[in-house]
Amino acid sequence: MSVIIILLIISLLIAGGFLIGFLWSVKDGQFDDQQSPAQRMLFDNELKK
Amino acid sequence: MSNSRAISLQCYHCGNDVFNSTIGIGEKLFCCNGCKMVYEILQDHQLCNYYELNEQPGVIQNKSRRSDKYNFLDNTEIKNKLIHFSNQKNSHTTLYLPQIHCSSCLWLLENIHKINPGIISSRVNFTKKEVFIVFNHHETSLRGVVESLEGIGYEPYLSLNELATGSVSKTDRTRWYKIGIAGFCFANIMMMSLAHYFVSNGFIDTKIEIVFQTISLLLSIPVLFYSATEFFKSAWYGLKNRYLNIDLPVALALVITFIRSIYEIINGAGNGYLDSMSGIVFFMLIGRWLQSRTYQTISFDRDYKSFFPIALNVIKDNIVIPTEISNVKVNDLIQVYSNEIIPVDAILSKGNANIDYSFVSGESLPIKVNIGELVYAGGKQLEGLLELVVVKEVSQSYLTNLWNNPIFNKKESIQKSSYDTIGKYFTYAVLVIGLIAGMYWFKMGETKLMWNAITTVLIVACPCALLLSQNYTNGNILRIFGLNKFYLRSPEIIERLSRINHIVLDKTGTITQTKGSNVKYAGKLLNHAIQVDVASLLKQSSHPASQLVSDFLNVPNVSMVKHFKETEGQGIEGWVNEKHIKIGSSNFVGGAYFTERQGTKVVVNIDGEIVGEYTISNKYRFGVSKLIQALKKKYTLSLISGDNNTELANIQEMLGKESDVFFNQSPQQKLDYIKELQNVYHFNVMMIGDGLNDSGALKQSDVGIAVAETNNNFTPSSDGVIDSSKLSMLNTFIQFAIAGKKIIYITFSISAIYNVIGLYFAIQGILSPVVAAILMPCSSITIIALTYGLTEWLSKYYQLNQTSKL
Repeated sequence: MSVIIILLIISLLIAGGFLIGFLWSVKDGQFDDQQSPAQRMLFDNELKK
Repeated sequence: MSNSRAISLQCYHCGNDVFNSTIGIGEKLFCCNGCKMVYEILQDHQLCNYYELNEQPGVIQNKSRRSDKYNFLDNTEIKNKLIHFSNQKNSHTTLYLPQIHCSSCLWLLENIHKINPGIISSRVNFTKKEVFIVFNHHETSLRGVVESLEGIGYEPYLSLNELATGSVSKTDRTRWYKIGIAGFCFANIMMMSLAHYFVSNGFIDTKIEIVFQTISLLLSIPVLFYSATEFFKSAWYGLKNRYLNIDLPVALALVITFIRSIYEIINGAGNGYLDSMSGIVFFMLIGRWLQSRTYQTISFDRDYKSFFPIALNVIKDNIVIPTEISNVKVNDLIQVYSNEIIPVDAILSKGNANIDYSFVSGESLPIKVNIGELVYAGGKQLEGLLELVVVKEVSQSYLTNLWNNPIFNKKESIQKSSYDTIGKYFTYAVLVIGLIAGMYWFKMGETKLMWNAITTVLIVACPCALLLSQNYTNGNILRIFGLNKFYLRSPEIIERLSRINHIVLDKTGTITQTKGSNVKYAGKLLNHAIQVDVASLLKQSSHPASQLVSDFLNVPNVSMVKHFKETEGQGIEGWVNEKHIKIGSSNFVGGAYFTERQGTKVVVNIDGEIVGEYTISNKYRFGVSKLIQALKKKYTLSLISGDNNTELANIQEMLGKESDVFFNQSPQQKLDYIKELQNVYHFNVMMIGDGLNDSGALKQSDVGIAVAETNNNFTPSSDGVIDSSKLSMLNTFIQFAIAGKKIIYITFSISAIYNVIGLYFAIQGILSPVVAAILMPCSSITIIALTYGLTEWLSKYYQLNQTSKL
């Protein structure tokens, strides 16, 4: 049954990875402004011209 | 450019109606030269996509500009306050642009480098209406950046207040961290606990069990000691101030749950309640987040400083020096241009002064000031250049004196909400139940069961359900209010709003429009030729009343006026086309044309005969009388205004005879009146006002709501801001707040059923973690679903769901 412990650790590591990813994105400011990126992406194609 | 757009008489840039069809380029018409100029700038730089993205995306530009307006931005001291980073090549600055309102704005502002090549990059924060700009300070200057922004119609909002505090506001990210961590820990603890719930006793391997429990315990530590800190802080704050708030029993329950879980795990007695505990923290944090999503673009704490310009032009030895406002000294000679605010008390020395005090004192008509007379701080010059000698500095002026009133320094007192009271009784009740159960088991000699009962009762007793329903309901109400352009400073205001029983209104700018007066004529029919004659005479005078009437007559060409004479404060006379015309007050003209109309009267006398009179009255906002009729049924009303009493009869009729109506009130008197209502009559007062003269009253009242014409207008410090177009819905908003309170009570009662079930097990000392783990999410989800469903249903009921998007 100890394989469960290994599985548990793997699952925690993966979940922990996502947690770190989330914290990182928060720290990076991705959650500071939730309105402008949604608008900005509409112009992405046009900008590259 | 597509030609498919219907050519109507709307400004191509801002969408306002076009009255003068001579301003245009090709088929495109503009309402004013300002808008046309913006269009030309954009066309020159091939930025006309701006118009393709949204119809008429611009903001009206009918302000005249002058080239040296931003001279003060070359002043190093001021510049350094606005630039927050600078190296050898580049400087960074963040500017607040209240005009940002659509995706076209975002596109244009992020392409501004095409207009001003010195700008390296710009990034818009839509929520905060800020633009972050990196520019090369060898190629352009801060002034250049600001001028390019103004050129395309986005005039940055620069004010003393922002300078003092630093304009770059940082968003608080800790709540995200807390939610993220709590969510992660909750999910993983739950996963491991589930294993425990699904096996019959003893089936799970002890080794695995120990590992599971240890990890659960480790995971619960950050939840309790990091994510839940705000509950402990708030509980401690309440204790320190000797009052029991709702966070105290929550904090208590969390601690007891944690300790008991550790105890169980160490003794091998069970799995503990760590899953329930972290789940509760997670849900409560989300609730708090929903509730605290305040409106970042709206500032509720503005004082007079935000209203004033940053710098003034001071003339010294015939040289104009832009000077930061705090450095302007007594006896300095200052220049003030059209539409600028005079930030100091000063004596007029040159120029034609028509000062609009409506914002400072509530007077609806502008006041003509003669040379040598005093101009008070806060007045706005309407047209023409003025030179004034400073009498009192900014910090000592008549206007700023109001801010020395202790009410402005008072810290926000702890407002007990009724939910705290419920929470308190709830806690007491539960403690008593716990003790009785404990004593019962003690008597029966079952000490183990006794401890079980006492602790589990406390765990179940956590009034998190009340907290959850409060947070989720208020959060949704705030959101719905926001969609309807009614913005509240904090969720506590909703509850205060539901308790008011007296409403005080301001007149100028609140129930009447700031711009525009109603001019009506009564008397003999005047043919066009005579109208031209009257208008010609009126155009000779700069008195505000004359200007209003001549605007009303709207005559383009003028006849010659001979022997023009103006009697100060009385009226004007002169000869036009062989006729002697006298216009002015009834004393001056020599009699009145009798009408029952209310308002300022301007009587016309032609060749000794009184032909008629013009009445100038305030324009009331749309739906105001209907609103007052509705409010009258439920609340007592009064009106307090700084203006003269020409509208008395109108207002008294609207409000009813029993209401108090006061005119000519100073800001201090307004404040004192609110105080009297509160202390003598024990009313919960709501004040609705708009100007600086209301700010004392707004602060003193239980709920102070400021009316804003556009959401980038200055509004004095208040508990909430309402868009003037939505003022007529105020009664609905109040009813919605009251209904919101009922929703909280209903959902709380329903969730109390879960608590009773929990208690049923707890007092018997047999509340197992499984039961807790089932009850907890059930109760939370029921509450969230119910509050959401009920508030949405109510918003439909009150027709608050037909909203326009931002």
